[in-house]
Amino acid sequence: MNLVQLFIEPFAQFGFMNRALVGAIILSVSAGPVGVFLMLRRMSLTGDAMAHAILPGAAAGFLVSGLAILPMTLGGFAAGLVVALLAGLVSRFTIQREDTSLAAFYLISLALGVMLVSLKGSNVDLMHVLFGTVLALNDDALVMIGAIATVSLVGLAVIWRPLFAECLDPTFLRSVSKAGHPVHLIFLALVVLNLVGGFQALGTLLAVGLMMLPAAASRFWVRGLEGMCALAVGFGVVSSYFGLLISYYLGVASGPSIILVAGGIYVVSLFFGRRGVIFTRVQAPRHRVA
Amino acid sequence: MSAVIRLDDLTLGYDGHPAVHHLDGAFETGSLTAIVGPNGSGKSTLLKGITGALKPLGGRIEHAGISVREIAYLPQIAEIDRTFPAVVSDLVSLGFWKSRGLFGAIRGVDRGALDEALQAVGLRGFEQRPIDTLSGGQLQRALFARVLLQDARVILLDEPFTAIDEKTVADLIALVQHWHNEKRTVIAVLHDVEMVRRVFPQTLLLAREPIAWGATSETLHPENLLKARRMTEAWDEHAPWHDHVAKHHHHGDAA
Repeated sequence: MNLVQLFIEPFAQFGFMNRALVGAIILSVSAGPVGVFLMLRRMSLTGDAMAHAILPGAAAGFLVSGLAILPMTLGGFAAGLVVALLAGLVSRFTIQREDTSLAAFYLISLALGVMLVSLKGSNVDLMHVLFGTVLALNDDALVMIGAIATVSLVGLAVIWRPLFAECLDPTFLRSVSKAGHPVHLIFLALVVLNLVGGFQALGTLLAVGLMMLPAAASRFWVRGLEGMCALAVGFGVVSSYFGLLISYYLGVASGPSIILVAGGIYVVSLFFGRRGVIFTRVQAPRHRVA
Repeated sequence: MSAVIRLDDLTLGYDGHPAVHHLDGAFETGSLTAIVGPNGSGKSTLLKGITGALKPLGGRIEHAGISVREIAYLPQIAEIDRTFPAVVSDLVSLGFWKSRGLFGAIRGVDRGALDEALQAVGLRGFEQRPIDTLSGGQLQRALFARVLLQDARVILLDEPFTAIDEKTVADLIALVQHWHNEKRTVIAVLHDVEMVRRVFPQTLLLAREPIAWGATSETLHPENLLKARRMTEAWDEHAPWHDHVAKHHHHGDAA
C-alpha cells in the first residue's frame, strides 16, 4: 500500500467515511469563526453550557420519533434558544450576570433532558445523543448540516460589524445604537445552531470541541481577527480529516478521535505557536532602535 | 441661545437613593460647561442620565431637537476590551456608526476623515497599532479621535484627563475648544479647578444637590467650594422616602 492509498483509500472506498468527512469539514467551516468570537468574548465555556442545554429538546424529539434527524435538531435548537433567551433576560432585568443565569438554566435543562431520555430509551440511546455517530451520517443529515452552515456563515457575516463593536466597546455600542442586545442574542442563536448541527455527528458534548479547540489554538499563531477565523477553520478541517483516518485504522470511536486531534493541535500550538509558551520564552530580549 | 438639554427637577440615583437630587437648569446650545464636585457628588451619574443609560427616579431630562443616540459620550472607565484583536483604526472607525450605520461600508471619504481625525489627536502612523500596545494617553487620544468622527451636536466627557500627561491634556483641551468654536455643546466632568477657570466659561458645581450653576467665576466662588466639600458621601439607609407632594423639602443631615 503506497502513501496516497493510505491517506485516500478509506474515503474513496467507503461511502460512510466519505460522508463523515464531508459533514465534519462543513461543520469545521461553520463552527470555527463562531468559536473565535466565543473565545474573544470570554464565553468559551458558554458553548459547553449551551451544548448541555439543547439536550431536553433533542430528547423530546427522540421521544416523539426516535433517532430521526429533523425532530431532534429542531427540538435541540428550540431548547437552546429558550435557555439562551431566558439567561439573557435575567441578566438584563436583574443584577445577576449572564454566566450565573446561564448556568442555572442549562442545569435545569440538562436534568430535564436526561429524565426525558430515561423515560423511554436505554443508556445506549443516551450515549448516542451525547456523543453522536459521525460514521452514521446519511444524506439527509448532510443536507441539514449544509443548510445550518450556510445560515450560520451568512448570519455571522451580517452581524459581523455590530458584534465586533459589541466585543470591543459595549458601552460605546449602547450609546449609539440599540443593536447590542439583539446582536448578542443572534450570536447565541448561531452558537446553538452550530451545536445542533454538530450533535448528529459528534454528539451534544463533543460538538463544542470542534468549535472551541481550533479557535483556542489559532490564537497562539495570529493576531488579527480574520486570520484567527481562517486558521480556526483550517485547524478544524485538518482535525476532521486526521481524526477520521485514525478512527479508521485504529478502529476507535470517530467523534472523540476528531476532537483529540484538535486537542493535539491545541497543545502543539500552545508550546510551538508564534505566540505560544516556548517562542515567547526563548525570544531574545532585543529591541529596535526606535 | 436655546437650551439643548433641559433638566426639570431631576433626581437620579441607585436603589432609590438619590445621587443627583432635585436638579433644575439647562445646558445652552453651543455652551462649554464643566461639572465640578467632590467624589460621589453625582457628576458621572448626571452624564449617564443625559445619555439615557440611567432612568430618572424623579423629574425629567428634555433633549431639544436631538436624540440621545446623537450624543457622543466618553465614559470615565471605558469598557474597552484591550485584549481584543483590534487596531487603532478599528477602534476609531466605530465613530462612523451614525453616518454609516450597522451595515454601511466605510468609504474612501471616510478613510480621509479617519486620517484627519488621527492627525488631529496626534496619532498619525498609529493606524495599524494593536490597541493592547497603546499607553493610557494614546488610548485617550484615540477615543477623542472617535468622538471627532461621531460629529455629534452634544459631547459628554467624563473625567477625560485623569492620569494623562500635560502635553496630551494640552492637545485634547485644544480639541475641546475647537468643538466649542464649532458651536457644539460640550459638557465635561473635571477635578482640576484651575483648568476649569482657564478653559470653561460655564460651570455646574454639584454635591448631589446643585450648589451653583452659571458663569465659572461665580460658581467657583470659595464659599461655594466649601459648601460642596461639606457634602456627606454616605447614604442614609433609613432616610424616609421622598414625599412627592412637597417639591422642595428640607433634607436634614440625619434622618
